[in-house]
Amino acid sequence: MDERIARHPPALGGRIVTDAWTAPFWEAAAMRELVLPCCAACGTYRMPPTPFCPNCHSQSIDWMRHAGAAVLYSYTIVDRVLIDGMEGSLPYVPAVVEFPDAQGIRLITNIVDCRIGALRVDAPVELTWIEPVPGTVLPAFTLSREKE
Amino acid sequence: MTTASSSRTIRNQTAIVGVGATPYYRRGGSVPQTLDELVGKAILEALRDSGLTARDVDGFAYFSGGFDTGYLMETLGIPEVRFTASLTGTGGGSAGSIGLGAAAIVAGMADVVVCVGANQQASQRFGAITSAYPATPGNAFFGATGLVGPGHIFALLARRHMHLYGTTRDHFAEVAISARSNAVTNPEARMRTPLTREEYFAAPMLADPHCLFDFCLETDGAVAVVLTSAERARDLCQPPVSVLASTHGGTRDWGRSIYWMNMPDKVFASSGHASVAARLYAEAGVGPADVDCAQFYDHFTSQVIMQIEDYGFCERGEGGPFVADGNIRIDGALPINTDGGQLSAGYVWGMTHVREAVQQLRGDACNQVRDAQVALVTGGPSNLPVSGLILGRG
Repeated sequence: MDERIARHPPALGGRIVTDAWTAPFWEAAAMRELVLPCCAACGTYRMPPTPFCPNCHSQSIDWMRHAGAAVLYSYTIVDRVLIDGMEGSLPYVPAVVEFPDAQGIRLITNIVDCRIGALRVDAPVELTWIEPVPGTVLPAFTLSREKE
Repeated sequence: MTTASSSRTIRNQTAIVGVGATPYYRRGGSVPQTLDELVGKAILEALRDSGLTARDVDGFAYFSGGFDTGYLMETLGIPEVRFTASLTGTGGGSAGSIGLGAAAIVAGMADVVVCVGANQQASQRFGAITSAYPATPGNAFFGATGLVGPGHIFALLARRHMHLYGTTRDHFAEVAISARSNAVTNPEARMRTPLTREEYFAAPMLADPHCLFDFCLETDGAVAVVLTSAERARDLCQPPVSVLASTHGGTRDWGRSIYWMNMPDKVFASSGHASVAARLYAEAGVGPADVDCAQFYDHFTSQVIMQIEDYGFCERGEGGPFVADGNIRIDGALPINTDGGQLSAGYVWGMTHVREAVQQLRGDACNQVRDAQVALVTGGPSNLPVSGLILGRG
């Protein structure tokens, strides 16, 4: 069992750049609230947010608040410095999580603050918030407590 | 395919008549040569090989952004160009750029087309290229997670494939060891000492489940090919290598793929090549059983296994056992990446694979597959387009 704890990702990205279609996601994130874009006309979720619903081409979006219950779809464990700035963050765990109650759309994110050896594909995960760059709040996930 | 395809096909109407390459340098090792200089050297070598001259070139077909045609004309003395175009996307277009050039020739828009790929990693290593992308609204959704390079991102697909199908690191190891085994006998390959299973498993994990040897090399170099009509090819220096088919594109289910991550489950754990592969075989009039050797875009070992599945050499999910059975070795049922591939010979945006397929079909490859008649080449699984190419002995 790998007892190491998944750390927060390195502060490589700097600030988040947004446009009219992605800004609501990040504005909510800044307030530690997860919102997912759902077509207001036909109810199809999409991620990341784009100008048109791929199903009906409506441009109306309902930003649905989400409690953050998700499933760990896949992950990678980064344990080696490739560029400057990674040194203090190893090991960290970039991941894709899936929201079963939002038509299975997925978010590219990080798994943090849990034992790396306990990670399993399809494990339930729950939302937490990280701030690798001060002032930029990002959604992240950790293994659901009852499963650890 | 449509019934009109017999009159609207590039099949056997063009041929690769020249190939040229610079040495494959270690990352940054090609300086003080410039990138355009490497490109020029590869083009001149390819022209020498073909018996044509710079004055004959009237077209360029690129991928991955291409190069400055005006500058190349200026320095190489190419008098006039009638066609200069590029596929969109990145390394996914390498095999497809041959089809772009062939389409121009068949359409009468050019007679002699150069396709060329080159990279020089002195200032930016490709292993961490994702981290160098400028911040945009689109990459905000993956840029902050510490996925610093393509190998980190593709590790997510690899783990899903392992989860769905039971693929193992031993399977990835076989791809790496097989490639190295071919490189050992390729004098131009960068990595020429055999790789053992012990060394593979002792290597650092860069992005679990990808270790160091699952990543391709970071190389400088350039590879160019010269393409012309089948008719003109008959009068040139080399035995012509016929373009049977070249397709590019892909489905919306794959789309931006590694920058999107919302592919349906079966497509997620794939190389995104399934539709391109199906059209490629239909256009070429051959099937997987006819392929004598395959040059798969091997930026990562896991993606070789997924391409073997997408190109129909085994069922989906069976790629791991397929390689474990020895099929991809030089003496196996499907010899792949016979020069050592991007994993062990050199990485030039996929164009090394076009070069190696041509060598195989001319019969002068360093690790010659006996009586090779049909060769498959693929262009990098990445965001669309991905591409494929089938070449035949002329």
